[in-house]
Amino acid sequence: MESRRGSSSYGKVTRRELIKLAPIAALGAFAVPALQPALLGSGLAFTDWAAARWFRRTHLAPTFAHSEVVAPERFPFNSYAGHDPGIDLEAWRLRVDGLVANPGAYTLEQIRALPRVRQNTRHVCVEGWDVIGSFGGARISDVLALVGADTSARYLAFTCADEYYESLDMATALHPQSLACYEMYESPLERGHGAPLRLSLPTKIGYKSAKYLTTLTVTNVLQGRGYWEDQGYGWFYGL
Amino acid sequence: MAGSTASDRPAPTERGSWRAPEVVRFPASTSDVRAAYEHPWIVRATHWVTAVALVVLVGSGLQIFTAFPSFGPKIPQEDLFVVPEALRLGGWLAGALMWHFTFMWIFIAAGVAYVGYQLGSGRYRMVLFTPRDVAGVWPMVRHYALRRAKPPVTGPYNALQKLAYTSTILFGVVSVLSGLVLFNPVQFSWLAWLMGGYTRARIWHFIAMCGFLAFIPGHLLMVALHGWKNFVSMLVGWKRDPEYRPE
Repeated sequence: MESRRGSSSYGKVTRRELIKLAPIAALGAFAVPALQPALLGSGLAFTDWAAARWFRRTHLAPTFAHSEVVAPERFPFNSYAGHDPGIDLEAWRLRVDGLVANPGAYTLEQIRALPRVRQNTRHVCVEGWDVIGSFGGARISDVLALVGADTSARYLAFTCADEYYESLDMATALHPQSLACYEMYESPLERGHGAPLRLSLPTKIGYKSAKYLTTLTVTNVLQGRGYWEDQGYGWFYGL
Repeated sequence: MAGSTASDRPAPTERGSWRAPEVVRFPASTSDVRAAYEHPWIVRATHWVTAVALVVLVGSGLQIFTAFPSFGPKIPQEDLFVVPEALRLGGWLAGALMWHFTFMWIFIAAGVAYVGYQLGSGRYRMVLFTPRDVAGVWPMVRHYALRRAKPPVTGPYNALQKLAYTSTILFGVVSVLSGLVLFNPVQFSWLAWLMGGYTRARIWHFIAMCGFLAFIPGHLLMVALHGWKNFVSMLVGWKRDPEYRPE
């Protein structure tokens, strides 16, 4: 009798301790396919939020000496739709609209007339490789000043000649190393690298640096977040 | 120092060293069940959460690695090996990143809770591998690998266990720090420098995973061999008839 009482007393205590672990079973929700998009989506959103929180406009990406830059032929193309959407470079204009004082079509000469920044920075691909390249162009902040953009707006939305599209938070757009890039290796952009104008964003993951830019919209509302972002990749993805 | 009780009792408490959990009886009035409360709730909870998180992080990490299975340049790319699809989680790179970016927070939270509790409660002294434990490692290895006699039990964990458990904390720290560099190399540029650069951080991240992958089979083998009571104890906190204090 006594031994049975003893065992049940021990059993009661251990059962109670086991039940205390029940909250961990909530992780089982991740195994339910119907719940995965919402759960993993909020995990990704939290990660984006954290990266945006510790982004500082004063934190500069490392820059490198010319000797550390990879040779031009070893700077990868990673375009998803071939390498050349067939832009007529002579007729090319950047169409600017949205929350700007001077909307319209801007020529490459107008952008080239802005102070030129040349920097050797690291391009980090989401796949896991990284490469140090030489980039040159105008600061996006100078382009925004040129077009009279309302820099209290939240986003810059870009479309590209190859159906790619991208969007950028204003804080990153105003970062001093964020470029409207028209040259690599001190020569005009090659078609494979997004001629005539692309983004070069040393504080962002590679796919944010859209190529073959055709339109820029300054806005508070995004139609789409980006070609890859709308398929499940992170939006902010600051480095 | 006579050592007459050294074989069946933990070393006497000195300079705050860990005292083995007290053995109590159920019910208190009789001498029916002897048991010791080994693992507080927070330790058990973080153990199992970490176990789940590690499975997810390794699986999604291998899927992420598959996007560029190399530690060399992109051009020319030399793939190291192909990870079997059955070991990968997430289906494609974006899916794997979602899993990784979700469970990294769960892993960090569990790690911080565990280490914080161990430090705050002083229980870390029970498992932390210190220079004093170095001498005890080889006799334990000899016991397991060469089937020699088991060294006398002097505490809840032997030197080899302390080495293994302390190593996992190290792997966790390295994986989180190198992961921070991979995730935000610009904002944590000093950490990137400490890791030897972005590509090296990727290698450190991989090494930390290999550390966990080396630990887990041994850990599971020990549980399978003679750890049933330990397994139950990690679930309910209590161990029946603990061997380190026969009383």
